Amino acid sequence: MTETGRSALAPDSAGTFSAVVERTAVTRLSVTEFRSYGSLKLDLDTRPVVLTGSNGVGKTNLLEAISFLTPGRGLRRARLAEIGRRDAGEEVSDMVRPWAVAAQIALGEDCYDIGTGCAPDMSGAGRDKRTIKINGEAAKSQSALGRLVAMQWLTPHMDRLFVDAASGRRRFIDRMIMGLDPEHAGPVSAYEHALRSRNRLLKDGVTDSHWLASVEDSMVRHGVAVAARRLETIERLRAYCLVGDGPFPDAKIDMTGELETWLQELPALAVEDRFRDRLAASRQMDAVAASAVVGPHRSDLTVHYAGTGRAAEECSTGEQKGLLITLVLAAARMQAEERGYVPLLLLDEVVAHLDAQRRAALFDRLRHLGAQAWMTGTDAGHFEPWGSDAQFLTVTAGTVLAQTC
Amino acid sequence: MATTDIDRLIQLLAKLPGLGPRSARRAVLHLIKNKEALMIPLSRALDLAAENIRTCAVCGNLDVVDPCPICADPRRDGSVICVVEEVADLWAMERTAAFRGRYHVLGGVLSPLDGVGPEDLNIDGLVARAGQDEVKEVILATAATVDGQTTAHYVSDRLGDCGVKISALAHGIPVGGELDYLDDGTLSAALKARRSI
Repeated sequence: MTETGRSALAPDSAGTFSAVVERTAVTRLSVTEFRSYGSLKLDLDTRPVVLTGSNGVGKTNLLEAISFLTPGRGLRRARLAEIGRRDAGEEVSDMVRPWAVAAQIALGEDCYDIGTGCAPDMSGAGRDKRTIKINGEAAKSQSALGRLVAMQWLTPHMDRLFVDAASGRRRFIDRMIMGLDPEHAGPVSAYEHALRSRNRLLKDGVTDSHWLASVEDSMVRHGVAVAARRLETIERLRAYCLVGDGPFPDAKIDMTGELETWLQELPALAVEDRFRDRLAASRQMDAVAASAVVGPHRSDLTVHYAGTGRAAEECSTGEQKGLLITLVLAAARMQAEERGYVPLLLLDEVVAHLDAQRRAALFDRLRHLGAQAWMTGTDAGHFEPWGSDAQFLTVTAGTVLAQTC
Repeated sequence: MATTDIDRLIQLLAKLPGLGPRSARRAVLHLIKNKEALMIPLSRALDLAAENIRTCAVCGNLDVVDPCPICADPRRDGSVICVVEEVADLWAMERTAAFRGRYHVLGGVLSPLDGVGPEDLNIDGLVARAGQDEVKEVILATAATVDGQTTAHYVSDRLGDCGVKISALAHGIPVGGELDYLDDGTLSAALKARRSI
């Protein structure tokens, strides 16, 4: 395992990179008391990683551990109390158990040591939170991770992304934007806080118009910022979703919603005024609906199969998977172009429903993208085309062994 | 001292902000070891403070006299009122020695999710003060959080009919800060709050 942290990246089939890009790679991973792992240490190089093993041995747990190197609740959106190691059959309680993930991240020629984990709050005040260290220094907030590590993931749970509720698609696009601009988390969380505050006021029957207007003003300022940022990002991402060849379908993407429609027609300040007026006028209706009838929390990411014009939710299971892969790879390419380094890719059971031709095409795109992709699967044979271009690890219950090629 | 007394002391100290049971145990042991030099003087100081400290009926500051020395000081500029969330913020402003006006302590921020409404804050008192002829400007110095800014918006709405100038603390580049290290939100706020030089 002698590959260096720096890599000259090849263009993919959509064209060449407009700037020199570096690869983000995990070169050392240490996992302690995390899910099924007591203690695990892995030394790696910057090549893609293939994790194979039977069902339930802990392959996804390793991807989840890596996902905690970015802000948020990881790829399973887990509560802190769910993450600490438990004995087989032991039920999850509200008690947080200590866990830790430490990694060395190579960004081109630079290396960073990142540690994250959770030590339970002994005061019993329920103030458990994830702590983060970067190069030995405690980071003030999770956004410090976002500024350092870019990551995209694709899990079997996301296979229903186009069919399930719009909230999942909004989270998907917001996480994509945070990969480009970690500060996007600020307005998103400020808007959600203001929305919850207004819902509470309406539920409690508060009629103080000054108070409601103040909370709505906060919703308006942050909500329009969120909607505008989503629109801008979709606009740029669109070109990356139209590759034009290969077995994966091109995707036509859009953000739809009232705010988005207004933003296409009016300046942002006029949209703020209109949003403010709508909120003031819809208080009674919103009290009944238990939420605002307008706002970026009602927007949706719409995806169509470009070749047929069909909405993604009407496509076959295989086509939906193909569209998802197109979206994730497009986002990774855009991140590479705009941030100057290719994100880490966590691809859980990604080849499960792909035939040999599509598997080969996916591996080809990943090679050209130059990402350190972490791929899991039950059948090592599916990943044979990687040959010595990837690191092969076999996962058994609680342990990981490197395979020599 | 019986074990139950020590436990009681630990339990009480552990309720203080920033202290958990472990820190409380260390503090109690330190007090016991330094009974004459620390524990007894602290106990007396707590007794005196509990007996004498009162809330200023004018501004909401804490002191042993009411009105507080700031409200009673004729050299302070009564035409400007700085509105802060908590007494700790008032102390922070005073440490700067940059403000010579008077204060108004709200006692928190509006937070529907925590059940804090306008009636829980000292807002009516502020409106009454701002209506006096002497007052020309109210400076809103609430935190740059969602609830802090919502509270500032609410207070400015309520002061709308008082005929006073309403201003807010600037948000942006900290003193000694370098642009390259600022996040986008802070830099945008600084750009919006730019001023002529």
